[in-house]
Order: sequence, then structure tokens, then C-alpha cells
Amino acid sequence: MKSPSPAIPFDRGGAARFMPWLVALMVFLAALSLAAVMTLQHALEFWDASLAGTLTVELPPVPVPAPAPAPPSNAKVKTSPNKNPVSNDGGLAAALALLRATPGISGAEPLGRDAVARLIAPFLGNALSPEDLDLPRLIDVRLSTGAPPDLAALQAKLAAVAPGAVIDDHRLWLDRLVLFARSVQITALVILALIGTVAVLTVMFVTRTGLLVHREAIELLHLMGARDGYIAHQFEREALRLGLAGGAAGLLLSGLALLALGHAAGASAFLGDAVTLVPALHLKGWNWLALAGLPLAAGLVAGLTARLTVLATLLRLP
Amino acid sequence: MSSFAAMVRFENVGMRYGRGPEVLRDISLSLEPGSFHFLTGPSGAGKTTLLRLIYLAERPSRGLISLFGKDLSGLARRELTPLRRRIGIVFQDFRLIPHLSAFDNVALPLRVAGTPESKLRGNVRELLEWVGLADKLEANPPTLSGGEQQRIAIARAVIASPSLLIADEPTGNVDDAMALRLLHLFEQMNKLGTTLVIATHNAVLAARSGRPVLHLENGELMRGPVSARQTPRPPSAKADQTKGHAGQNKEPAVS
Repeated sequence: MKSPSPAIPFDRGGAARFMPWLVALMVFLAALSLAAVMTLQHALEFWDASLAGTLTVELPPVPVPAPAPAPPSNAKVKTSPNKNPVSNDGGLAAALALLRATPGISGAEPLGRDAVARLIAPFLGNALSPEDLDLPRLIDVRLSTGAPPDLAALQAKLAAVAPGAVIDDHRLWLDRLVLFARSVQITALVILALIGTVAVLTVMFVTRTGLLVHREAIELLHLMGARDGYIAHQFEREALRLGLAGGAAGLLLSGLALLALGHAAGASAFLGDAVTLVPALHLKGWNWLALAGLPLAAGLVAGLTARLTVLATLLRLP
Repeated sequence: MSSFAAMVRFENVGMRYGRGPEVLRDISLSLEPGSFHFLTGPSGAGKTTLLRLIYLAERPSRGLISLFGKDLSGLARRELTPLRRRIGIVFQDFRLIPHLSAFDNVALPLRVAGTPESKLRGNVRELLEWVGLADKLEANPPTLSGGEQQRIAIARAVIASPSLLIADEPTGNVDDAMALRLLHLFEQMNKLGTTLVIATHNAVLAARSGRPVLHLENGELMRGPVSARQTPRPPSAKADQTKGHAGQNKEPAVS
């Protein structure tokens, strides 16, 4: 048996026709904002996991033995390598030994020339090799979890065995990056909240218009003895239907946009997946589930808003 | 207040819309359960407003209204809903829902009251057959004639077996023969215990029925021309005189 038609002819309401399009647009924008929040969260976790628990020790470059007309002009070199009393490798071996013996450090490995070449390639291209440049030598240091070393003391000891050595704990630029990412995240969340507010206001407007358009049918139901909840349910069901339909369309559009953005971000990532300055737009499984929940949320918000709007308006009837 | 439980009781009721003039003034009346009254008066006299007050579409600007023995001024808004379900209304313009079939229009009061579909189908079908629309169950109102729409409107008003039936010009769009058939239908309902108030311009119909008449002139209620033993009161005499008259021959007590 077919279910009875709704008593209120919603298909004749003017503003309601536009509601799915408005909801689609809002879900599209909400999905992009939510995706931005989640992607940045992944980026933060990626940067934190990659850089937290590591240090880089930077040793001044060792000049080529002959001919050596001019000393390297690196500002960080505080002591001439030629005057290095420790060793002729610029203190690399001594620094490595010191680092490996320091409590709180679980490992220290010098970066080879190939690794250094990969690091500078995004900025200088592949035409130049490390041999062409006076590049500092780098030691990748991994810290033990739970008991980080005293960096000030370590800096002093390093200076003794490898003059000019500098410890870079990445914290400064990582902090700035995190601050920037958090700011973008908060902005995206504010945008998300604004979209939600606009959605509620839109549904209220459409519902009030519907109440005006259908006032005769509403008064008829009221006089027949329909409870406010019965009439509100009719509007709620219609708003839910329109919200879900618009939300599904918005989700589809945003899914396509996100896939395209992800593809574009992947294409511009430097040197493939192994070393990327910009993390690719990676959304995990539960992220897609959260995005898929947006149409449902749009439908529920629309339905609830319509119900409350109708209930508030019906109070004006005797 | 009187202790007798009138079906409808007005005490010095006045009604104005917004800041406009009073469209009803000092209306006092008492209608017994099981009574049958006509409401007459020229256009603009306030008939529709009086009916809207009775079927709870409006609250009075002043005065007291009791319905089914309950003082409306003491009832919360939600407490009016059960009272509305005991009232059937035939609107002057029918107010059928155009996108619903004849069946669904008639079934609406039962659905609103939460009657299960399995229980209402037989009743609705039977009633539509009774008003001669057995072959128009699935027809939408715009495809039907004025007389057919009117019968749907009447069927919808009586489907829930109301205690009180209010009809605003129910014979306004039909010929004399159909008007008499409808009058017969109302008489039958009255015999079954339904209280009726029917507003009409058709003085002949009212006279032919021999039922008491409430007559409105310029928003004031007067004794109707049909009831021979009632005479119009002078305009200055507006005190409620219903007490002690109620229930006599089921005629309205008016002031």
C-alpha cells in the first residue's frame, strides 16, 4: 500500500526549489574546509613524526687541499679548518664519536654527498654537484624518546671537538610552520562554522517562506486538530529530503574537487614521495567517512531547523 | 458562570481584527447539545467571524467563550487540540487540498488524529459512496465540479463523527435540489446527535427547515425572523439574558 501524500503541497513552494542547490553549495564549501583541516592535521603529524626526535649537526665545510686561494665564506665557520687542532676531517669523526656516546642520543649518521645533493636539488637544480659548492657537512642525529640531551652542553662539547659545529634542532622553523598550519586550521574551522550558520539561516528563510506559501493548508490542518508536531513533521521531512539531496550533490562535487587537488599537489611535490616539501593531499579512510557524513549532517540540520522554525511560528496560531 | 454544560456559550463576546472596528459586539448566546441552528445575516454582518470563534480559529478580543462545557480562557493552547477534533467544519470555499485525491482529502481528519490506515480506508470509502462519489475516489478536486467538491468538503467535515458541525454557506454553490439534499443530510446528522450551526444566505432554506435562527446585523446578534416567539431586542439592551432560557426547545438563547 502506498503511503499517503503529504498534506502540504511542497512542490508548489517557490523558495524550496532552490534549497537543494544552496545546500549543495554549502556542503561543497564545508567539505573543502573540512578536508583542509584534516589534511593539515596529517601534515602536522607528518612533520612532527619526521622532525621530532631528530637533530641536525652542521659542520663547516672542509676546504679542498690545493689549490686553496680563498677560505670559504660561510658565516657559520667560526674557526679556520686549517687551524683545526683535532683532525683533518673537520672534526667529523670526533663529532660522531661524541654524539654517539652522549646519553639521550640513539644514533648519529653523516649524510653522504648524494643525500646532500638531493636536499639542495629543489633549490639549485641538478646542474651543480656538492663538489662545486662549499657545503657544510651534515650529521643526522636521532634522539632517544623520553630523555633528550642537554643541547647547550652538547653544543659546547661539539665546539671543542669540531670548531664551528652548529646544532639545528628544527624547532624554530617547525614552530613557525605549526603556528601557520594551526592558523589555517582555525580559519577553516571558522569557515565551517559560518557555513553551518548560513545553512541554518537559509533553511529558516525557506521554511518561513513555506509557512507563508502554505498558510491555508497549515491553518486547515490546525483547525482539524493537527498537533503542532504533526505539521512540523511535514516540514521537517521535506527539509530532510531536500537537505540530503543537496548534500549528496555537494559531496559529489567536493569529492571530484578534492581528487583533482590531490592529483595537482602530488604532481608538484618535490622529488617524489620520499622527500616532499609540501605533503600531498592525503585523506585517510575515516576522513572520507567524515566527509560522507556532511550530507547527512546537512539533512539533519535542515530537518531540525525546519521543525523548530515551524513550531515557533505555529505558536502564533490560537 | 452558569453550571449548565452548553455545547457553545458566548458571554459578551467582542471581536476586532488588529486595531480595526469591532466586527462583533456583545455577543451572548448558548447552544444546547443536539441543537440545530441557522445563522443568517447580510454580507459583512460578521457571520464568518462568529463561526471562526466557534471553531477556534480566533480568540475573542473580549468576553468569554465556553465550548463543550469548558471555558476556553482557562485552557492552554495545546488543550484546544482535542476540542478541535470534535468539531467538523464545512468552509464556504471548501478549502480542499488540490493535490490530494478526494479519498485523501476526506481521510485527512482521521490521519491527523492518528487513525491507522487499515481502519480509515473502509470508513472513507463508505462515506464517499454515501455522498455519491464512489467513482471519484482518486480524482483531485480541481477536476471535479463545484457540487462534487462541496460534497467532498462535507464528507471531510463529518468523517470523524464530530459532536459539533459548523458549515459556512454550505448551499452557496449548489442548485435548490442539491441544497435540499444537503439539508436532509444535516437533518440526519442532527438526529444522530450532532450539534449543527449553519450559516446561510438562503432564507428560504432556513425557513423551510423550521429550525431556530441566529441573525446577525452589523456585528450584533438578534433574534431570528424564523422563530416566531422571538422578537428583536432594542439596540440598547445588550445584557446577557441567556440564563434561565437555556435548553428551551433547543432554541438559542441570545441577547
